[in-house]
Amino acid sequence: MTAVDDRPTTEVGTARVRKEDQRLITGRTKWTDNIQLPGMLHLAMVRSPFAHANIGAIDTTAAQDAEGVVAVFTGKDLADDQGVNINAWPITPDQLTPTHLPVAVERVACAGEIVAVVVARSAAAARDAAELVDVEWAELPAVLDLKEAAADAVLAHPDLGTNKSALWRLDSAEQGSGGDVDEAIAKARESGIVIEREYRQQRLIPAFMEPRSTVVDPTGEQLVVWSSTQVPHILRFALAATTGVPESKIRVIAPDVGGGFGGKLQTTPEEFATFAVARRLGKPCKYTETRSETMISCHHGRDQWQKLTLSAEKDGTVTGLKVELLADLGAYVAIVGGGVPVLGAWMFNSIYKFPAYQFNCQTVLTNKTWVDAYRGAGRPEATFAIERMMDELAAEVGADPIAIREKNWITHEEFPFTTVAGMTYDSGNYEAATAKALELFGYDELREEQRRRRESGDPVQLGIGVSTFTEMCGLAPSRVLGSLSYGAGGWESASIRMLATGTVEVVSGATPHGQGHETAWSQIVADRLGVPFENVEVLHGDTQVAPKGLDTYGSRSLVVGGEAIVRAADKVIEKARPIAAHLLEASVDDIEFESGRFTVKGTDQGMGLTDLALAAFTCHNFPEGVEPNLDADATYDPVAFSFPHGTHLCAMEVDTETGATTMRKYVCVDDIGTIINPLIVEGQVHGGLVQGIAQALWEEAVFDDQGTLVSGSFVDYTLPTSADTISFVTDHTSSPSTTNTLGTKGVGEAGTIASTPAVVNAVVDAIRHLGIDDIQMPCTPERVWRAIQSAGESSGGSVPEQAQEHFAAGGLNQDPGAGSPEPPTASTTAGENA
Amino acid sequence: MTRISVKVDGVRYSDDVEPRTLLVHYLRETLGKVGTVVGCDTSNCGACTVHVDGRSVKSCNMLAVQADGREVTTIEGIATDGGLHPMQQAFHECHALQCGYCTPGMIMQAIDLVGENPDASEEEIREGMEGNLCRCTGYQNIVRAVQQAAGVMAGQAASSSQAGE
Ligand code: FES
Ligand code: FES
Repeated sequence: MTAVDDRPTTEVGTARVRKEDQRLITGRTKWTDNIQLPGMLHLAMVRSPFAHANIGAIDTTAAQDAEGVVAVFTGKDLADDQGVNINAWPITPDQLTPTHLPVAVERVACAGEIVAVVVARSAAAARDAAELVDVEWAELPAVLDLKEAAADAVLAHPDLGTNKSALWRLDSAEQGSGGDVDEAIAKARESGIVIEREYRQQRLIPAFMEPRSTVVDPTGEQLVVWSSTQVPHILRFALAATTGVPESKIRVIAPDVGGGFGGKLQTTPEEFATFAVARRLGKPCKYTETRSETMISCHHGRDQWQKLTLSAEKDGTVTGLKVELLADLGAYVAIVGGGVPVLGAWMFNSIYKFPAYQFNCQTVLTNKTWVDAYRGAGRPEATFAIERMMDELAAEVGADPIAIREKNWITHEEFPFTTVAGMTYDSGNYEAATAKALELFGYDELREEQRRRRESGDPVQLGIGVSTFTEMCGLAPSRVLGSLSYGAGGWESASIRMLATGTVEVVSGATPHGQGHETAWSQIVADRLGVPFENVEVLHGDTQVAPKGLDTYGSRSLVVGGEAIVRAADKVIEKARPIAAHLLEASVDDIEFESGRFTVKGTDQGMGLTDLALAAFTCHNFPEGVEPNLDADATYDPVAFSFPHGTHLCAMEVDTETGATTMRKYVCVDDIGTIINPLIVEGQVHGGLVQGIAQALWEEAVFDDQGTLVSGSFVDYTLPTSADTISFVTDHTSSPSTTNTLGTKGVGEAGTIASTPAVVNAVVDAIRHLGIDDIQMPCTPERVWRAIQSAGESSGGSVPEQAQEHFAAGGLNQDPGAGSPEPPTASTTAGENA
Repeated sequence: MTRISVKVDGVRYSDDVEPRTLLVHYLRETLGKVGTVVGCDTSNCGACTVHVDGRSVKSCNMLAVQADGREVTTIEGIATDGGLHPMQQAFHECHALQCGYCTPGMIMQAIDLVGENPDASEEEIREGMEGNLCRCTGYQNIVRAVQQAAGVMAGQAASSSQAGE
């Protein structure tokens, strides 16, 4: 049995359609909520309607008496063994980290916190009975505004004495990676250019499509937990570490998971509560949240104020960048917590050669939903800020935004390049990606059209936005994480099992939720071992099957997990080599391996790898002292972060009479090194772009002054629809990474990171001639219109934060006119104004 | 409890349901048709879309009792003779799904859309799919898939009408 057939010469680089689709397109799926077990009970959560309150007496008698109700547990009832929701990255040794109990006992610090759990025979009965739980609340003053919180007038956690959790700084002069930023700024104030801006990163909601669900089955020797999570291994660790249940008694399974985007990179109160209740009752328990519960209780993302000072010479050569962030943690320091904004520390300088740099991040507690990783986690915020600032610098100098970037970016001859923040970028070619993007975009023609429209005073103005981003992903060398006090390593693990009948099992510690790992890993292994793509089975997401893993987030799966697979495959070959030599009666030194076949140098003798797997299974004729199996494990600790980059160009039309914005064209050229599967990459880029564009134009988590989430459902939280978006032009250049075998770079977050500033730059560019240099995100027609109305007076187009109306009669999602007499009705539909 | 009779994916069922039971919960919990999923509680996401008497319906927006005497088709009932429906095939080939959670609803809505408007333009497809949210794909490949399937379905309709003549 040889492995050579009519498959493509190499799988890597082939646009394979995905293996995992078959079950997903036919409804043969295993979402956690689909799981039914004999005797299963259902949970409903009683949640706080208040942003901050002491919990008085809880009367559960009526709920307890309701039909079908098995039990009601308050926080007090579960206090001894419910565990605690951990923060895994204390960013400073003195970080203030309020205790985060899954079910609150004495006090709630944000709306939506769980105070009691109702258990019943059906989800409907549990929900009905939850309404009957009577909680005596003693409301406390709540602090909701980030800047007010930083002033400590009202405390989110009175016992802590302050809302300031941690202050984290990176200073290039202090760490020896660059000059003194204050000197650079002082010098520029005398004889150069200083640009000072403050940008708002609004709060977003990850809004994966599958609401979270957890099933816990305590009826076997191990407690089995199914959960809609990105991080089954981390969940298992956290449950064991904080509940006292030995890790070996816990098995966690992430079955089909319907999206995450960082939102399922959490160990949640709901998971812990379900675990505790199932242990108490000895019965399988399920909890599935409603969408409204997702919106308030799944962690949110972003939420920063960014104060930026950029210094430059008169000709636009940058000399320094100072960043001062206020980052909202929400009510608790979530699992990555303050680490999210800190991940931006190495990215504000981006692709530019700043000689001096300083990054300061003050994390702040408020009485709102906790904030953690959302697609990009810290890098979109950084990229937004620097790409907006480069446009401001271009405007100040009177240069084209591309030219100002070109003047300051790292040229391709300069790689590897150690930045002012201390990161070493292994490879890249900003010139090549930009040249390709400009051409695909028709940059010069669009600039010409922009000029014409300006001159003719067209009410619909055209703006062009540039974003030449890089990012760092693929967390990361464990020793680096250790030096930052991150609570875990950055390694990933893989196993390859050579089955007797010729198929191959690949076990990965990375846990996908839509990324297409099963397909991509099969391609890598098919090439490496010379076996057919179809004969590779990828297993993941179950701590019993894949016992070691650090899961999927931060665009790490391919660059870290993929490398572990490559190394495991190489070990299989090395293990098989002496066996091949024995069976072919040749010296090991004469054995060569290519395309799935071992051959004896200079002869036509050979044998397939899969034949050796069968030989290992029978073990009838094996060399002395060699173990009879070809299977191999590898755990890979990355040597560096991964630095994809790209150039994104966006053309927006802005109706100056209504404030409506219309995306006219979007082109991106990403350099992600070697591409394993172009089809999957394209999908990642498309989805990423829309999430980033949505931050620029539509999405915002809005709380009212009581701390109630106003945009708490899909009616008010305006996710983009197919009618709001356009088709993008995506392409690639390639500078293979030099820090992993395949030359790959992460792609999962690139689109989201790059697109937000491209869009806002385009909107601002369309109306800059009116005296506008900023529109606060999301750039709704109302904000754009107000900015135009007050042009020249103030920047930002700030309006009181309020939820957008959604699904107005006869309108599209983002119909700004709905429900308010002004500004004039307009829509943000792609193409409508074109 | 109210007794309903309903045909789902070609099978006849008769069940007692609470009058407040939503069709989607009847499908998932009583019939085990868990291929149809729930994504929201405000009828915005379309993840629960099925066909009732051949037209797409958000099954979270309809009571099970309203389906009495009617015929429901879910994502589990559209593949025929072991072959995928052209829309399923197109979603696969065009990489129109990532996590796949929105996919059952997307496919059911898309089949209805193409049935109503076989020559839909990109803009018409984008507007026709507006009630179905996807957080993963950015919609571009979904639009491509609907276009591709529309072509295949038109071809099939033409050949079956010829065969019928
Ligand atoms: S579940 Fe039916 S529309 Fe969202
Ligand atoms: S594929 Fe994940 S929501 Fe559409």
